[in-house]
Amino acid sequence: MADILARYDFLGAFWLTIQLSFWSALGALVIGTVVAILRVSPVPVLRLLGTAYVNTFRNTPLTLLMVFSILGASYVLGLEISDNVTTNIFYWAIIVLSVYHAAFVCEALRSGVNTIPAGQAEAARSIGLTFSQSLTEVLLPQAFRGAIAPLGSTLIALIKNSTVAAVIGAAEAAGLMAVIIENETGSVLVFFLFAVGFVILTLPVGILFTSLSRRLAVKR
Amino acid sequence: MSWKKIGAIVAAGALALSLSACGGGAGSTDLANLKIGIKFDQPGLGLKTGDTYSGLDVDVATYIAGKLGTTADKIQWIQAPSAQRETLIETGQVDLVVATYSINDERKKKVDFAGPYFIAGQDLLVRSDDTSITGPESLDGKKLCSVTGSTSAQNVQKKVPGVNLQEFGTYSECVTALVAGTIDALTTDDTILAGYAAQAQYAGKLKVVGAPFSTENYGVGLKKGNTDLCNKVTDAIKSMISDGSWQKAVDANLGAANYKAPAGNPPTPAACS
Repeated sequence: MADILARYDFLGAFWLTIQLSFWSALGALVIGTVVAILRVSPVPVLRLLGTAYVNTFRNTPLTLLMVFSILGASYVLGLEISDNVTTNIFYWAIIVLSVYHAAFVCEALRSGVNTIPAGQAEAARSIGLTFSQSLTEVLLPQAFRGAIAPLGSTLIALIKNSTVAAVIGAAEAAGLMAVIIENETGSVLVFFLFAVGFVILTLPVGILFTSLSRRLAVKR
Repeated sequence: MSWKKIGAIVAAGALALSLSACGGGAGSTDLANLKIGIKFDQPGLGLKTGDTYSGLDVDVATYIAGKLGTTADKIQWIQAPSAQRETLIETGQVDLVVATYSINDERKKKVDFAGPYFIAGQDLLVRSDDTSITGPESLDGKKLCSVTGSTSAQNVQKKVPGVNLQEFGTYSECVTALVAGTIDALTTDDTILAGYAAQAQYAGKLKVVGAPFSTENYGVGLKKGNTDLCNKVTDAIKSMISDGSWQKAVDANLGAANYKAPAGNPPTPAACS
């Protein structure tokens, strides 16, 4: 076990997993919030747009999106972000992970919006707040606080789903696992090492979000 | 349902379980019903099309099975993806693995090998109108493609540091990108490359450079310590080479793309330890 750990760059691989997860989580939060606003907006066309986004990306396999980003978008359509293959993969992996998980972030936020009694939105309107004012002052702050637990689950899913980036050649944890299995043959030990790596990443996230959801929940 | 009926069903289930446990027990290899692990997705080597199997590995496996006492229609073909080959052998889910299985020391710790039955080498596949790539030394500034984590990918990164390497999950994706023109070369064993170049939809579009820069000894993987089986397989490979079936199989499966088996072929199978 020690010699496998010494011969391969575990930290480097998991560092890339962390980088992918961090930037994707940020991207997913931004896109997901925008889509959630679309879905609760009073304009039917915007609501339809939001619903279409969620249904499209929530129901498309991540592997398919990932392969399409490189094989379809980069190489056939010529949408390469960088001429350096590794950089191109890195950026596209972040885009795909963000876009995909934004659908789940949106639904988590919408469930947060639903925790707010309808009377509050009506009250906000009746004291003369516009849609954007009632959104930023009344609805969204409470929605985020009510959606912390499902957002945490989405983040954990995102961290684990980042391994899908191995199919386009990102040298993250799953990519390194492929290398080790090729060289050392597959064994329970190798799987165990990577499982432990992911538990170390996701367990604190779960604990943090559970405690946050308790501390920040809106008391009603 | 009465308790009697339930009891009968439970008893029948227990009987079925105990029977299957007997059948799956570790015994000597059933030479009349061999289970052979091959690739299902490697044109020219091991390819499943509907219910039929074709390729060099399939032909070699069929010949060996025939010598061992299994007729072609009795062979059970089992898919053996690269990462699972050792496990399939160790757990007895297959008797033999004939799946572009390179003999190396790490693998020898877990399984035994008969052979080699073919000597392949890492090579490059390029578009047929591309004359700028002649070997690994001319890859500077080119975009190269291989499979995530594969020996070929690691090898080329050592050989050409800083190579612009795109990795995908399968070679088919690399071939698509190569034909589309955004990838300049695909690298792995020349046998696999020749298999793709020989596919009807790529006829005339791709060529193997033909300057192998590694040696891969393809062996037949089998359970560790089964020297008897290993000897029989080795004899079968020897007779396949000497009676001309080997050359016929190589020509039939890989010949279409002007592929010539690299130096050292046909190989001399090593003695079983």
